[in-house]
Amino acid sequence: MLKKPTPPKTPADQPGERELIYRIKNGEHDLFYELIQPHERKIFAAAFTILRNETDAEDAVQEAALKAFKHIADFRAESQFGTWLIQITINEARMRRRKEHADIVQPIADRRDEEGNYVPRDFADWREIPSAALERKELRQMLTEALASLGEKYREIFMLRDMQHLSIEETANTLGISAASAKVRLLRARLMLRDLLAPGLDGSWTREQSYAKGKVSW
Amino acid sequence: MVVSCEEVWREISNYLDGEIDPDLRFAIDEHLRGCNHCTAVLMGTGNVIQLYGDERMTELPPGFSERLHQRLSANMSGRRSFLGWIVTAAAAVVAVGAFEAGRFSSSNQPEVRSEHTRTGTGVPPGMMVVVSAEGKTFHVPGCRFIHDKAVRTVTARVAIKEGYTPCVRCMKEFLRA
Repeated sequence: MLKKPTPPKTPADQPGERELIYRIKNGEHDLFYELIQPHERKIFAAAFTILRNETDAEDAVQEAALKAFKHIADFRAESQFGTWLIQITINEARMRRRKEHADIVQPIADRRDEEGNYVPRDFADWREIPSAALERKELRQMLTEALASLGEKYREIFMLRDMQHLSIEETANTLGISAASAKVRLLRARLMLRDLLAPGLDGSWTREQSYAKGKVSW
Repeated sequence: MVVSCEEVWREISNYLDGEIDPDLRFAIDEHLRGCNHCTAVLMGTGNVIQLYGDERMTELPPGFSERLHQRLSANMSGRRSFLGWIVTAAAAVVAVGAFEAGRFSSSNQPEVRSEHTRTGTGVPPGMMVVVSAEGKTFHVPGCRFIHDKAVRTVTARVAIKEGYTPCVRCMKEFLRA
């Protein structure tokens, strides 16, 4: 019925990354920025999902990039550089989060039945929104706020699987949980986000007219 | 095989990820044909995955790349390649020459524009920074703490000479040093 969304080609697929790493390991350190530049957006998204603050996320990314540079000799050719970099960034962001106890936003309570399954709370019909609508800042803002309102474990799993496009196994390994737990957690994160967004995203984004403030009910 | 709404909700992730047994997929498709609620949940969840998975979802703060580049460059100065060392040495010769020339023209320390700040002794003199006529500090281009829109780009040496001090946010690495 629905097609599986195709993840975009990741920077790790780009030819030349391995050669860059080889040259950096052999002393051409100035090439490191070239290596990291295609991953900037993803590692910022990873740090921001955890810290929910732009300045803190940027600091975490800078620190993570420096750590990646310092430990580039430890990077193994059989791994994906992008995944390795995301792991370093997540560790850095988590460390900062622990330090600052920055849980300002109260996570939404997830709704479960007696068996522990998540129960959707809203059955609003949500027509497909073209990705081009993401050009609108209001939509991005709405999505960012919805994700920020989830509990940390749901934010992390959703970010790794659906924003960084890691496989379930890679996601589970990064978080140190089993693949089965990762699947359960991911399902809840996805359903909670749909519940949060469905009432506001009623199809108005597919029309041409500009977004009217106050249209969204949450 | 007949599936209930609860079973459909439990399998939505697997269904969308294509990780589902063909018989179960068929049963879910059958269920969806007659259930608007489950169809709405499935379509909405598919939309969530599609939208958040798009690269355009993440917008980098203005000047992010420049600041990251600066931070990396500043920290790599002690780990340069041989070619890097030659370039650095050449730049140092030019900088020392310029400093000596400046010393003859003015032997006094520049008068800082704000008494609450520190002069930028750790900032590489050749680094390009931005200043504004009304401001007291100089910044990495794109720093979000620049308050004025009308800025001009100068070298850090010129900015310091004119009495500007480093921004404690975007230049903190150099202040620590």
